[in-house]
Amino acid sequence: MDAVVAAGLVKHYGETKALDGLDLTVPAGSVLGLLGPNGAGKTTAVRVLTTLLQPDAGSASIDGIDVLREPHAVRSRIGLTGQYAAVEERMTGRENLEMIGQFFHLDKSSRQSRASALLERFDLTEAADRVTNTYSGGMRRRLDIAMSLVARPSVLFLDEPTTGLDPRARIGMWSVIEELSNDGTTVVLTTQYLEEADQLADNVIVIDRGVKIAEGSVDELKDRIGGDRIRVSIARVENIDLARSALASLVTGEIELDNESQNTLVAPIRAGGGVVPAAIRALDEAGAEVVDVEVRRPTLDDVFLTLTGRRAEGNDDDSSDTDSSVANSPTSAAHQPEVTS
Amino acid sequence: MTTAAREAATPNMASHPKPGLADAWRDASTEAMRHLRIIPRNPELLGFSTIQPVMFIVLFNYVFGGAIEVPGFSDYQQFLIPGIFAQTMVFNSSFTAVGLADDLSKGLIDRLRSLPIARSAVLVGRVFSDIARTVLTFTTMVIVAFLIGFRFEGSVAGAIGGTVLMMAFAISFSWIQAFIGMSVGSVEAASAASFIWMFPLTFVSSAFVDPASMPGWLQPIANHNPFTRLVNATRALYNGLPPGEHLWWSLFWIAAITVVFAALSIRRFSRVTN
Repeated sequence: MDAVVAAGLVKHYGETKALDGLDLTVPAGSVLGLLGPNGAGKTTAVRVLTTLLQPDAGSASIDGIDVLREPHAVRSRIGLTGQYAAVEERMTGRENLEMIGQFFHLDKSSRQSRASALLERFDLTEAADRVTNTYSGGMRRRLDIAMSLVARPSVLFLDEPTTGLDPRARIGMWSVIEELSNDGTTVVLTTQYLEEADQLADNVIVIDRGVKIAEGSVDELKDRIGGDRIRVSIARVENIDLARSALASLVTGEIELDNESQNTLVAPIRAGGGVVPAAIRALDEAGAEVVDVEVRRPTLDDVFLTLTGRRAEGNDDDSSDTDSSVANSPTSAAHQPEVTS
Repeated sequence: MTTAAREAATPNMASHPKPGLADAWRDASTEAMRHLRIIPRNPELLGFSTIQPVMFIVLFNYVFGGAIEVPGFSDYQQFLIPGIFAQTMVFNSSFTAVGLADDLSKGLIDRLRSLPIARSAVLVGRVFSDIARTVLTFTTMVIVAFLIGFRFEGSVAGAIGGTVLMMAFAISFSWIQAFIGMSVGSVEAASAASFIWMFPLTFVSSAFVDPASMPGWLQPIANHNPFTRLVNATRALYNGLPPGEHLWWSLFWIAAITVVFAALSIRRFSRVTN
């Protein structure tokens, strides 16, 4: 059964087409990654599905309940964690959770036990009775998600759940989301990072300018854009053919000369590691002195370049506080090669 | 009990009926409790709602008190204090706008809107919790006013009636402020937009001087100002004089402003986008 179904969602703001006929389905119990740059329409889609925003056209349902006709019933089935950690700053973590329980009309003892259980689950027991403006960003995010889980939603919406978190908190958040999914909660999450979708999502929908431009598993997407690539730099240009033949058996496609450097080769490899040490050994044996070897994982930008022929770009004022240069600039962090050991 | 057992004991809330009036009231109380709970944890706000009115009473009384003479009142205090009370309580309504804008900018309004609660709950809860702060402010003002010599010269019923009238007027203004808070873009904008217009509203009135002393073109404005009606009615009730038509006008304005702006605000709330 599909937990979330949307068909032909349209939402225009003047000239800006935040949604321009978006379709999506999310099978119950699965994790959908809505992938797209700033302003692609991810947040707008979440806001429509969570009853916060009325679309201009189209329909949507959660667990078979019509979002537009029965918003109240939909609200009792969903949990929403928006882009900001929406917690009451002057209340403690426990008070925040109990307040949500009260809004769901849980009796006092259920509220209290639910709050304690969630605090424990999200590793907040120690900080439970501190006001939340003393919490770190990661703790606030965890509390924020815990607050969306008080009433055991059947579908959880997470809008850029790791934006603004440091790498350690980000990985912590990933394991939280994985656990939720293992418990059978349907999760819809938006992200700008292919790596994050790779880690968490069963299926990915890539959106651009309010429409779906690709759909499938992350592996399928990666296949379409050529997967991981190895980039090898050697010391001397005259050895380039030696290097080429040394690498031939290790790569999965054509070996190309890097367009920025005469002594650097780039080639697609299979995902999963082990290629780098093998490549170094082979190059050494062939007598081509290695300067640098890196494995570059595809980024959202690569996906975009392949699917649309242009770079991922922010095209409206999607209320995200992330640095849009990550998606815009070809030399930015999103494009830095990642080295695997 | 283990965690797992506790979790199992919690009912699943999947079937949640559409909220009736009782649910709406219950949700509004939950929201009001959130604001009441944090009042003692917010010393800046507490300071502003008590120190500012005290300053106004003392400053106006001693700075202007000697210079202003008001026909019918031998003592400026008896004329001034009800006006200051009313002005302060109306000024206090701007916290409604600022607080809502703050919740909106932090994503709290989105969170609350995604819950299966009555659409009126968040606003009703906020407006009613503001009464608590108003009572606190009023109590402080009464004490200070007594210390500098003000007395309720009418009946107990008059004193209570005048006070209730002011509170109701302040609540009706909280609804205007709720609308402002959800219509402007930021907390800064809300604090300006909620406050600026209240200066002419409260000063071009009978609160501090007799409108008869104003320039001719300003007098009709001051005389028909809803705030003048409130001040005149309260002043009469506090001083044991008949409030006359001012009481009926005050009640009319309270009802009209509340009905119009509560409807506008709740409509805005269901559509507001961050």
